[in-house]
Amino acid sequence: MKTSNVLFKGGQVLDPVAGTITVADVLVQDGVISRVESDIEAPGVDIVDCNGKMISPGWMDMHVHFREPGQEHKETIATGCAAAMAGGFTAVACMPNTDPPIHTRDVVEFIIERGEKTPVDVHPIACVSREREGKELTEMSDLTEGGAVAFSDDGDPVYDAGLMRRALEYSSMLGKPIINHMEDLSLNPHGHMHEGVVSTRLGVPGIPGLAEEVMIARDILISEFTGGHVHVAHISTGRAVDLVRDAKARGINVTAEVCTHHFTLTDQAVEDSSYSTAVKMHPPLRTDADILAIKEGLRDGTIQAICTDHAPHASFEKEVEFIAAPFGIIGLETAWGLIGRELIRPGVLSVIDAVRLLTTGPRDILGMPNPAIASGSPANLTIFDATTEWTFTEADIKSKSHNTPFIGSTMVGRPFGIYNREMLWLRESVTAAA
Amino acid sequence: MSGMSDTTEAQARQTNEESMLESIQHNHLLGLATYSRPEIELILSTARQFREVLDRPIKRVPTLRGVTVVNLFFEPSTRTRISFELAEKRLSADTVNFSASGSSVSKGETLKDTAQNIEAMKIDIVVVRHQSPGAPHFLTQCVDAAIINAGDGAHEHPTQALLDLLTMTDRLGPLDGKRVSIIGDISHSRVARSNIHGLKAMGAEVTLCGPRTMIPFGINEMGVRVTNRLDEALEGCDVAMALRIQLERQGSVLFPSLREYHETFGIKMHHLHRYQDLLVMHPGPVNRGVELASEVVDHERAVILSQVTNGVAVRMSVLYHIAGIKRNESTDGD
Repeated sequence: MKTSNVLFKGGQVLDPVAGTITVADVLVQDGVISRVESDIEAPGVDIVDCNGKMISPGWMDMHVHFREPGQEHKETIATGCAAAMAGGFTAVACMPNTDPPIHTRDVVEFIIERGEKTPVDVHPIACVSREREGKELTEMSDLTEGGAVAFSDDGDPVYDAGLMRRALEYSSMLGKPIINHMEDLSLNPHGHMHEGVVSTRLGVPGIPGLAEEVMIARDILISEFTGGHVHVAHISTGRAVDLVRDAKARGINVTAEVCTHHFTLTDQAVEDSSYSTAVKMHPPLRTDADILAIKEGLRDGTIQAICTDHAPHASFEKEVEFIAAPFGIIGLETAWGLIGRELIRPGVLSVIDAVRLLTTGPRDILGMPNPAIASGSPANLTIFDATTEWTFTEADIKSKSHNTPFIGSTMVGRPFGIYNREMLWLRESVTAAA
Repeated sequence: MSGMSDTTEAQARQTNEESMLESIQHNHLLGLATYSRPEIELILSTARQFREVLDRPIKRVPTLRGVTVVNLFFEPSTRTRISFELAEKRLSADTVNFSASGSSVSKGETLKDTAQNIEAMKIDIVVVRHQSPGAPHFLTQCVDAAIINAGDGAHEHPTQALLDLLTMTDRLGPLDGKRVSIIGDISHSRVARSNIHGLKAMGAEVTLCGPRTMIPFGINEMGVRVTNRLDEALEGCDVAMALRIQLERQGSVLFPSLREYHETFGIKMHHLHRYQDLLVMHPGPVNRGVELASEVVDHERAVILSQVTNGVAVRMSVLYHIAGIKRNESTDGD
């Protein structure tokens, strides 16, 4: 798997910072980009034919659940990274609701080390509170030194407003965001899908958009008061997008991400699928109006990152009645195909803008350096196109879990390979040859 | 039918088929949302025939001999389970009862495993009551047996609505243009949802009434009128259907007290005096002095016990049609 020297030939090099697409060859030597220019000859070096394909800085999904340690029957860091590779990602940030949770430095270091065996950089997001109990702050400084890139109690909100205030004050010293799972629990005592006309018809207890919006409004105020950086995890409603847009306009330090399924499916999917647990996630699928607002938020920069909330669950856990099923779906392998189908092909976003939401967007939120495709930069690349139509099948799935509503769905645009830390992964249809 | 040469005869036969279905078009009874008026009329018509059986000295027919039915009840239920069980016995089916309280998760065995284990014992029909909406739909994916929904969360309770429709048509004739008001906790009511579908299919006008906190979001999109004032619901109304209030919801955020509920939404004697033709229904069990004043429960225009009797007949009819057995007394020689 180690490929220190490789020539990517004939691809269109996409630079999300400059906003340009240029046809050029990219020569990598000892894992570092040595030349980016046309018609490079490099005898003896493996060549990856990138004709008709694009090359961008490696993509990052800033919101995944890799389940290790503790729930290895759902996913391991190795299988999660395999799914990330297939999805074109060279980096992920993984949420800390593991068992034990990522609340001590040894767990942070364990996760990073596991990721180093693959071409995918696995960046741990550590807990805001010890044991994710929402009471006492974790040792954020030590966790940051260990490699944590942000703090979150995701799966649950930081519900206590006083704790959120202190967390934002403390983390602002470290330059790290607090990523909050935005939910006022008192407004969602036991919901299982979006509260709306469909939940009313189906008799399923609802989760109102209000539960998310109230929490975002609160956190915007706490962010304004403390100056700390609040990042809205998996934004899902139109009103929430409006709140973030207005806060940003007032100069408040708030950012937001959206999951691929939240601009693809609505709550109608629960009825159409006859209560399939593959469309049960948290936050729930919302409405057409919310999707329109999310697309507008992606267009105008209110939402800076697209993520998947990749949430593996074993078949036996999902093959139960709707109310008993856990929330969440896997998403790494369908992310780009859905972005192509829902955003690029219909003209919501250009390819460059879409790639920004997977590269500079999440890394800027997390305060991480952006890999560049330039001479002297470590090679961290994703090879893809935005036009190939393909059908996602169960056989494609590299994740340990298969909980996705997109089996059999048409995807538009396909990742073909990644290169990172001197490791090359290519889809079977692409080969490297001297 | 394509070989039919006489067009007039073909048309006549088609009309006849539309109004007089011989079988329902579904393998399961998951809810009334997908049942057509002719299907509902067929079930009610068969139920009337079975009701005659219930008046005989020997209340049993051999119709479902050799058919095995399991009553799979994951929620406490007395009357619905007894009603199904009696219906099965009156039809000479073999019946088995399986009751488990609590969710499948806490029980340690999944619903899928439970159902597949029971099906491995060669079951033809599963009657299921479950706290999760959609549980009967899920079962159709797990087992080959026909599924009858005996109540799934706040989703549907189709046999309850069918027995209500039978009770109403007995008293009022065809329901076209009749006004029915459903009063109470609509949010948590599967009875309300099934009745909305059934009543709309039969041409009735439906009004929902209850405290704002118990009216679910967007329910008016199901083609019903909504009011928070009891008098508005009862004015010009033919049938008032009061829903059972779950006593444990008292003092929750949904309503302050049973006393206030009865004052505001309880049907009392003065309502029966003011609305002289009003019929009162209730799916039971009644909380006397909450949904209905005690004297209202015992009033001649309260048809609650007829509902119970009709419950057995309707469930016999549903079992019969779901079992897919052709009627013996078919009139033409087809």
